[in-house]
Amino acid sequence: MRGTDNLPKAEDLLAALAVQMQGAIAFDARLVGIHSGGAWLAERLSAMLEGDHPFGTMDVSFYRDDYNTVGLKPKVRRTQLPFDVEGARLVLIDDVLYTGRSVRAALNELFDYGRPASVELAVLVDRGGRELPIEPTYCGERVTVADDRNVVLHRAGDGRLSLGLEPAGQP
Amino acid sequence: MNGNPQLNRNGELQHLLTLEGLPRANIEHILDTAESFVSIAEREVKKVPLLRGKSIFNLFFENSTRTRTTFEIAAKRLSADVINLNIGASSTSKGETVLDTIDNLSAMLADMFVVRHAQSGAAHMIAAHLNATARPYIHVINAGDGRHAHPTQGLLDLFTIRHYKKEFSQLTVAIVGDVLHSRVARSLIHGLTTLGTPEVRVVGPNTLIPAAAANLGVRVFNDMQEGVRNCDVVVMLRLQNERMRGALLPSAGEFFKHYGLTEEKLALAKSDAIVMHPGPMNRGVEIDSPVADGKHSVILPQVTFGIAVRMAVMGILAGS
Repeated sequence: MRGTDNLPKAEDLLAALAVQMQGAIAFDARLVGIHSGGAWLAERLSAMLEGDHPFGTMDVSFYRDDYNTVGLKPKVRRTQLPFDVEGARLVLIDDVLYTGRSVRAALNELFDYGRPASVELAVLVDRGGRELPIEPTYCGERVTVADDRNVVLHRAGDGRLSLGLEPAGQP
Repeated sequence: MNGNPQLNRNGELQHLLTLEGLPRANIEHILDTAESFVSIAEREVKKVPLLRGKSIFNLFFENSTRTRTTFEIAAKRLSADVINLNIGASSTSKGETVLDTIDNLSAMLADMFVVRHAQSGAAHMIAAHLNATARPYIHVINAGDGRHAHPTQGLLDLFTIRHYKKEFSQLTVAIVGDVLHSRVARSLIHGLTTLGTPEVRVVGPNTLIPAAAANLGVRVFNDMQEGVRNCDVVVMLRLQNERMRGALLPSAGEFFKHYGLTEEKLALAKSDAIVMHPGPMNRGVEIDSPVADGKHSVILPQVTFGIAVRMAVMGILAGS
């Protein structure tokens, strides 16, 4: 164990993330949330941020690099981007940044929709452990977590978000 | 062959041979996955990298340009390499057995075979051969075997029905025409039953209804008017001229008079009924042009959904 189970409150981190992004993101920035945690965050941020920042959601299952070892997950959602990616300024949103592989997959998928003008990355928590040269532009908080644990974002029935730890399963 | 050779020890789909006995969870996994592939066709780049580096062999021992093309498009949209073999014109005519053909292509490092064969059970035999020779990482999709099964067509029919009707638990579905020779009908009946459809009807003259139809859990109607009355879904089958043996029917014209779907007959079904057809259609034989092109027809969406469903099957198989 090199970490602590005392995770920060997701709602506090979300508020902090919104403050960082406000004024820093482009006035016409569009939000793209990665399923499922990132999609919840994108929806919330789209409502919290001043100005018009529509959001889309993305399931990167078809772009993952671990397909050959783990196959397709049981429920793949539709990617829904209700705006043109070509020439757009985008902020990719995920709940937990770890190895960076989901972000790599999301970038590849994005470029199959068009050529964005720019892509930034906002994450609720950064737990280190990167395996690719990917860093967040906006980050709620850096946390330290044991290697055999996954940080998971939950959404309650009333929409409130919380962070929890789960045993790490398959890669 | 023991158990269900389609599933591996973890209950994951390893080959797709038939919808008969395929658990509901596997069918729903395919339909749900297909849902997310539908949106890919609406993008600028209609391709995902899922099967990059995989080789898929289309083995068509029986001709079918359309089915082969849809499998080819599905594989290409998954970034696989597709090799089409028109077997009728090659090795088998030189005397090679089917399993020798499979072994040769496996030695060329095939990852998946899509098999169409006039003989019922052909795909099953190939899958059993691969399993028995410890090559479970090579997958087989049955693209139609004799009169037995055409599971991807059955799945795309199920996908289409679910798309328009949302759920199966209240539906009445009529399958009309040449049920006897139709592997499409058999696959669809099994799928509809597994997904809990309360009433499945088969409609046609007794000469074109299998004697054991009632064993499939369907209601048999010889009268078309009665058969389509209050239906939510009407599935018209192609009158398979090339399969006709002997005098099963007096003439195509006579068939149309009794079992062809016209606007008058369709009016007996529910007002929001959908009309399906696996293609290719014989206009004026089993279906009238105003119906085929009318507002109830979902025949062309079926074709579009067929690509997404085949992508889902390939994506799930190659990852198991």
